[in-house]
Amino acid sequence: MRRIVKSRLFWPVAALILLILINTIARPQFVRITFQDGRLYGALIDILRNSAPLMLVSLGMTIVIATRGIDLSVGAVMAVSGAVALTIIDGSADPNSLGTVIVALVAAILVSLVLGMWNGLLVAVLGIQPIIATLVLMLAGRGVALLITGGFITTVNSSPFEFIASGYTLLLPFAFFISIAAIAAVGLAERRTALGVLTEAVGINPEASRLAGVRSRSIIWTAYAASGVLSGIAGVIYASNIRAADANAAGQFIELYAILAVVLGGTSLMGGKFSVAGTVVGVFIIQTLNSTILFLGVPSAQSPVFFAVVVVIVVVIQSPHLHRLTRSLIRSIRTNQTPEANGTTTNGESAGEESTSDVEVTV
Amino acid sequence: MTALETTTARRTSLRDYYQSFMSRRASLIPAFAAIAILLLLFIGAEILLRGDFIAPRNISALLLDNAYLLVLAVGMTFVMVTAGIDLSVGSVMAFTGIWLAKLLAAGMSPVIAIPLILMGAALIGLLMGVLVQYFDVQPFIATLAGLFLARGLAFVVSLSSIKVEDSAVLWLQSTRFRLGSWYITPTGILALLVVIVGAFVMQFTRFGRTTYAIGGNEQSALMGLKVARTTVAVYVISGVCAGLAGLVLTAYSGAGYPRNGVGTELDTIAAVVIGGTLLTGGRGYVLGSMVGVFVYGTIKTIISFMGAEQSWMQIIIGALLLVFIVIQRAIVARSDRRS
Amino acid sequence: MPAETTVPPIVEMRSITISFPGVLALDNVDFLLHPGEVHSLMGENGAGKSTLIKALTGVYAIDRGSIRVAGRRNQFHSTADAQAAGISTVYQEINLCTNLSVGENVMLGHEPRRGVLIDWRAAHRQAAEHLEGLGLSIDTRSMLSSHSIAIQQLVAISRAMVLDAKVLILDEPTSSLDREEVEQLFRVVRGLRDNGVAILFVSHFLDQVYEISDRITVLRNGRLVGSYLVDDLPREELVTKMIGRELDDLAAISSTAAREIDRTGRPILKAVDVGKRGFLEPADVDVFEGEVVGIAGLLGSGRTELVRLLYGADRADSGNIEVGGEPAKMTSPRHAIDHHIAFSSENRRAEGIVSDLTIAENIVLGLQARQGFRKIKRAEQESVVSQYIEALGVRPADPTMIAGNLSGGNQQRVLLARWLATAPELLILDEPTRGIDVGAKADIQRKVAELSENGLSVIFISSELEEVLRLAQRVVVMRDRKHIGELESHTVSLDGLIDFIANEGKGSAA
Repeated sequence: MRRIVKSRLFWPVAALILLILINTIARPQFVRITFQDGRLYGALIDILRNSAPLMLVSLGMTIVIATRGIDLSVGAVMAVSGAVALTIIDGSADPNSLGTVIVALVAAILVSLVLGMWNGLLVAVLGIQPIIATLVLMLAGRGVALLITGGFITTVNSSPFEFIASGYTLLLPFAFFISIAAIAAVGLAERRTALGVLTEAVGINPEASRLAGVRSRSIIWTAYAASGVLSGIAGVIYASNIRAADANAAGQFIELYAILAVVLGGTSLMGGKFSVAGTVVGVFIIQTLNSTILFLGVPSAQSPVFFAVVVVIVVVIQSPHLHRLTRSLIRSIRTNQTPEANGTTTNGESAGEESTSDVEVTV
Repeated sequence: MTALETTTARRTSLRDYYQSFMSRRASLIPAFAAIAILLLLFIGAEILLRGDFIAPRNISALLLDNAYLLVLAVGMTFVMVTAGIDLSVGSVMAFTGIWLAKLLAAGMSPVIAIPLILMGAALIGLLMGVLVQYFDVQPFIATLAGLFLARGLAFVVSLSSIKVEDSAVLWLQSTRFRLGSWYITPTGILALLVVIVGAFVMQFTRFGRTTYAIGGNEQSALMGLKVARTTVAVYVISGVCAGLAGLVLTAYSGAGYPRNGVGTELDTIAAVVIGGTLLTGGRGYVLGSMVGVFVYGTIKTIISFMGAEQSWMQIIIGALLLVFIVIQRAIVARSDRRS
Repeated sequence: MPAETTVPPIVEMRSITISFPGVLALDNVDFLLHPGEVHSLMGENGAGKSTLIKALTGVYAIDRGSIRVAGRRNQFHSTADAQAAGISTVYQEINLCTNLSVGENVMLGHEPRRGVLIDWRAAHRQAAEHLEGLGLSIDTRSMLSSHSIAIQQLVAISRAMVLDAKVLILDEPTSSLDREEVEQLFRVVRGLRDNGVAILFVSHFLDQVYEISDRITVLRNGRLVGSYLVDDLPREELVTKMIGRELDDLAAISSTAAREIDRTGRPILKAVDVGKRGFLEPADVDVFEGEVVGIAGLLGSGRTELVRLLYGADRADSGNIEVGGEPAKMTSPRHAIDHHIAFSSENRRAEGIVSDLTIAENIVLGLQARQGFRKIKRAEQESVVSQYIEALGVRPADPTMIAGNLSGGNQQRVLLARWLATAPELLILDEPTRGIDVGAKADIQRKVAELSENGLSVIFISSELEEVLRLAQRVVVMRDRKHIGELESHTVSLDGLIDFIANEGKGSAA
């Protein structure tokens, strides 16, 4: 078991370390951390803080992908969540009171939960393809957010609210602790309860799981609900950061980065075995990459190009076709085969699995 | 009951006619539904706006304002019929638009610039098509990468908008060919041309029919069809259409803007689905997608006439999309059970 | 009229050998197909039929041997190659586009054109002509999906003729057809045969094979048993050749067949009139405590369909089920599990083992699913897992090994462990010994005998009739999706059972 974890986490961690090293060589102040007024500052600290929204969304995305699904609505849910929270604070008698802020947060998260459960209903009960089911919310969600804010970018002046994104606790940014809490919550829920294994079973082999008595519907529903809640919290952090509810900018493209983080972390898009730790590393890779790009002076609007290249590389490497190509290439180099025997080897590879099941099952 | 003899000619009763129609043209029903919705919208708008809606200038404006979406929808139809999806079209449209603006501002003649940007769009489409066909990448991931790439490239070309001064390009938009109170612009003609060519290709060429086969049968390669070639080609087509849409949009707004088209791919998918194309592939008509675009455009017009907030647009389109998908799912589930 | 051997064969396969990792699928098989004959390829699962056909149609490459088509030596690399050489296949799952019209399906890829544009009128006319050539009069403009499977199949055959097929392979064409449709199909097939087409017919419906074929080739365990004219091969002989008699080193297992079963009380499970349209004719089954009920029949006889309905894996259209005398709803596996029924699918790869999970996780899955989200305590998990690994002899005995990497026999052991761990009252085993080595076979049978002696009820499906007769007290016989009889196993011999199956219950055993 440890062996597997080691080999799957190995490459992402190695990539992250490499990135940090490159950054450090290019700008030694990258790893410098300063201490001031009871707080730590530095590029690394910024990464810890700024990665929080993506971290939360990616955690939710990991679980959803594990069930062989996808959640494209996460950005829209962030927007709605921010809109709800800010509208409550803005409309309240005392925006600065902790009570108001807590009410706003609870409301925002509840709304996000409902939205997540809505997605779960479409996928688990109505059997709609996850891409399409979550596409609907992706489309409509921002509209809903705009309605809630009345079409404006609501701004507030609320110190308890601002604290979420900018505040510090125990030397480190508060947002970072939210990340930790989320990672812990998801990790514990998945691994301390049976949720993790059952989710993996559903993702790997839905039919075998069904025959074994696994409650696939509940599991899938839970996954989308969780994704909704986590996106809601991410939305609150984002809104706190800009001290406003911007329905269009909130979480823009975040679904893409989240999917990338999950894939970088070693979880397959086809569903099944997933790794929370892998996603965490994936998120840090993306944030560090982002930081690197900004440092290189590339305007942030242009950074998607780099990420496109990363996506293509990762996806091509993971492609089974590539595996087959390299394997037969290696084999032909190693043994200098004749065309006829080549036929056999390709048989052995691609038909190997089919054939044994052929022998077992078909006519 | 074995239907060894199913007579073709004698339609003696209305019932026979209905049965024959159902067995032949059942796949057109979603498209008819779209037309019905469009008519309902027109009537509803007419009532709501007290007879102010159905006027030549409004209908002409409908084509003018949505020409870019029409072009996008044609390309998207090709992709979706093969059971694929293209999330990059909005970004590619923005990229080609701003690139064109920059090239023109640098003094390049449109005769060279326009083919150049179209080739760029085609290349991005080719990349995505290759990923989908030869590397087994799911279409939405491959085109997501395309989205990233094109969006970033748009900003690489320019971080801010660039005005277009070239008279030839501006002519595309500003000229109106009038017929009474009706008018049409060259961009409108271009869009309609794309629709006609698209419809013809899908209906009357082997390539077009192969796209339906791919969407309708996962093992269509076993039928001896050129699946690989066709799959890559539809993404190239979608890319080129996005490029054309960039041209149209740039002419329309008189400038290239790298922030254009954010979310447009979703609007395109919605329009195509509303127009009767199945998300699961195998069924769809270019003309249906055109109706879908007009439904979209009409809703937008109604909303702006009513002075309602733009956010309602997104909600309504999202809701409509949902309704159509659920209905599609129910229809598919029923026909699966039957066969 | 069967072609005489004076006509040269259109397909000549000699000394065909194909092996996959761990399996010798075909061992030195010869196969000849002559024009103008209907030739049936017979054999049970694992016999090598589909492998042979896939070699002919270019899906598999051959390790040794040669294939000649129309006298020319051929090495097909793809189905397109095979099609170009005149070999067309009509698959069990119709490989056409149901979203397109009949005429379009027939002509797809070969539509007549004027320049670049398709001439639809000519296309539909030509399609109609091809269909007429098979004696069919169908509205070519109607959608394929609006027609029955029978018609769709004939359209598929039509398409093969458009591609100018000299060899037509029909893979299980009659599985979904009713009597009239089968006759219609056979009329078409005979017409093609009389026109010189060579037809390779694969089916497990014995009656039909005898009705339509001119020649029969039998494969068993990857080897050629023989090739016979249909008139020279009576049914019992065919079945015997297909199933064979294996060295009975399993005789050491004490026969439980003779054990007395108390059938006076309420049965553990009682199913009355349980059936599903197009799937299984309504059937009755009951099982008593400690009893092993075997289900015997050839492939496709409905054995799996029956037990899937009993388990709720598929929903029945008719009938009802009682568990322990109480009426029970059985529309999903969860219902069955709540009633302490367990089911091990014959398709262990697709419906049994969760391949990326470990042995331990697979074994515990049934228990865990029943318990919900509360995780089974690690200590308990480890104890259950190691207990069963040892009891069933899972090799390698490493709970952390990925289940997908195990051999077939060990995967079956893991599945058995999963279900036994849930302490069921009724265990349904569908082909538990298929495709696994002799040692594992013996182990599993021993285990089943032991468990039933201790009070577990078992429903046991196996294509190996000796196994069924050895373990079961009663044998339910199925054929062509129908329950055709029930026998007390100690009253019938293997030959008698074979006879019963072959002659639909009219044989000497009745």
